[in-house]
Amino acid sequence: MSKELIRLQDLVMEFNGERILDGINLYFNDHEFLTLLGPSGCGKTTTLRIIGGFLTPTSGRVLFDGKCINDVPPYERQINTVFQRYALFPHLDVYDNIAFGLKVAKLPKAEVHERVHQILEVVGLQGFEHRKIDSLSGGQQQRVAIARALVNRPKVLLLDEPLAALDLRLRKDMQNELKRIQQAMGITFIYVTHDQEEALSMSDTVVVMDKGRIQQIGKPEDIYNEPKNAFVADFIGESNILDGVMLADYKVKFFGRTFKCLDAGFEPNEPVDVVIRPEDIDFVAPEEGHLVGTVTAVTFKGLNYDIIVDFKGFKWLIQTTDFQPVGASVGIRLNPEDIHIMHKSEYSGMFGDYSSYSAEYDELTEDAGDEEE
Amino acid sequence: MKKNKSLLLSGPYIAWMVIFTLIPLCVVLFYALTDVDTGAFSFGNIENLVLYLPAFWRSILYSVVSALICLVIGYPVAYYMAHCRPTAQRFLYMLVMLPMCMSFLLRTLAWVGLLQDTGIINNFLEMLGLPRLSLIRTPGAVILGMVYNYLPYMILPLYAIIVKIDNRLIEAAEDLGCNSIQVFARVVLPLSMPGILSGVTMVFVPAVSTFYISNKLGSTDIVLIGDIIERQFKQGDNANMGAALSLLLMVLVFVCTGIMNRFGSDEEGGVLV
Ligand SMILES: Nc1ncnc2c1ncn2[C@@H]1O[C@H](COP(=O)(O)OP(=O)(O)O)[C@@H](O)[C@H]1O
Ligand SMILES: [Mg+2]
Repeated sequence: MSKELIRLQDLVMEFNGERILDGINLYFNDHEFLTLLGPSGCGKTTTLRIIGGFLTPTSGRVLFDGKCINDVPPYERQINTVFQRYALFPHLDVYDNIAFGLKVAKLPKAEVHERVHQILEVVGLQGFEHRKIDSLSGGQQQRVAIARALVNRPKVLLLDEPLAALDLRLRKDMQNELKRIQQAMGITFIYVTHDQEEALSMSDTVVVMDKGRIQQIGKPEDIYNEPKNAFVADFIGESNILDGVMLADYKVKFFGRTFKCLDAGFEPNEPVDVVIRPEDIDFVAPEEGHLVGTVTAVTFKGLNYDIIVDFKGFKWLIQTTDFQPVGASVGIRLNPEDIHIMHKSEYSGMFGDYSSYSAEYDELTEDAGDEEE
Repeated sequence: MKKNKSLLLSGPYIAWMVIFTLIPLCVVLFYALTDVDTGAFSFGNIENLVLYLPAFWRSILYSVVSALICLVIGYPVAYYMAHCRPTAQRFLYMLVMLPMCMSFLLRTLAWVGLLQDTGIINNFLEMLGLPRLSLIRTPGAVILGMVYNYLPYMILPLYAIIVKIDNRLIEAAEDLGCNSIQVFARVVLPLSMPGILSGVTMVFVPAVSTFYISNKLGSTDIVLIGDIIERQFKQGDNANMGAALSLLLMVLVFVCTGIMNRFGSDEEGGVLV
């Protein structure tokens, strides 16, 4: 098993009396690719800056290899950072930017030269040594920023939304590239993003944050399949979230019907949130369905249709390749593995309702627009 | 059409330049190249410049020393200003500007009052039972006058550049292993270079041609080129020689700013004058 490298203990960060981080407890294993995922403003950058040593937490401790490093300045930490907007040195060329850390460490010239060239190869920037920073494209600057950090062979690399400024295509390429680099060099990556797809596809472990608190920690599959509360269920992919009551182990009641499910360990008759993923639902003929509803909107999405179905006034999002016209009466069947049960939380009732679909849809397209930036 | 419009817009400025810069320049050139007595064309004034070389060197020396002292004093001030809170920054900016609002002559005369043998400092020393010092009419007094008068020209461009240095670059340097001294040497100082160059230029140029400061605070054998030019025009009645001296001074200033600009374009941006 890989060993623990960094641990955050009861981290609290306050700015002007406002609590930005509220009791973060987290550990990072050696060689792990861990992602902090959450909406903008949830405290991801703040957490990263505390690990990097640029902020001192209001209370709590940062342990590195078991030793408290709260008072260790950034330049003495075996940690390097890829900053949110690169922060490359404008007065130095590509070579000198990358060699910066090595020169500060007073490595022999020959070794600096060798390591810079080696890392340029890793990030695919051979021949760019003497280019000026402002003559590089966003993607190239990004690579320089990564190379500048990696060339020091840190134990831990912190990456703050490193791909946020790139266009979609380049971002996908760089995601694969980063994953490859991380595996090849065996460095612990602590990666920050607000993009759930990026988090799920790259990480060994995902930490979902909101409002300065950790909402869930787990493998990408587990986070997706077993969200802990309505916030996580909604933030990671699309979810229909319904009110239900857990009658007994493996038995949940919603929409006036009792369904079999795979969840247990709830109080008898405990009110719960029921999550049904839009892509887990298949249409059947109305007479065969557990539930029968009416199609109210259809959107073609390329891979599938987003179909909104009204079940007794509650609107569900269903993603399917099976086209149904607006106004059609459709039935659905829910298998036990399609149903996921969560305890009620402060987020209950805030997410997972598609009755204001058009607004929601606008939001979605807006998000997509942001990503193109 | 577009061309006509821009010509129209820049017309007043061009007219201004021609009337008040280009024509006077030609007049200076004309005077410099004519004989004072006969009014005939002659290189006599240019040849005679050699006589004044010591004063030139002295001017250059004094203004270089002043510029360097301004840099040494001004840099920490500008750096401190740039790292204050915005309200404090505005206040300090005002404070630096304040002496510039007062007459240059008055500021220099005030130093005379302070430094002279029966001046405030010496009176104070006497009160304490200490011997009087001869402060005025020394090279130090001249340089003091220059530094005092031109320090704001150093601080303001430095401040303007330093305040724009992105804090994340400093964090990036720390991240890559720099302690605070190394951060300064490897990032802050190189990035301040445009400010340093324009500050030095802006102190050097007025200092090298100054006449009043050395006149009031210097001794009779500390003659700067500015004093000589003034004398040529006002007492020596040799405006032709004065014109030749001005011409040389101008060439000198051009060469200096040229060198500074060359420096600047190697780094970032260039000189901000
Ligand atoms: N230096 C600071 N002073 C005051 N508030 C801050 C400071 N840094 C961050 N914040 C606040 O902390 C919150 C979290 O910020 P941040 O960690 O940057 O979020 P994220 O990176 O997740 O988008 C934001 O509301 C932000 O306004
Ligand atoms: Mg951030």
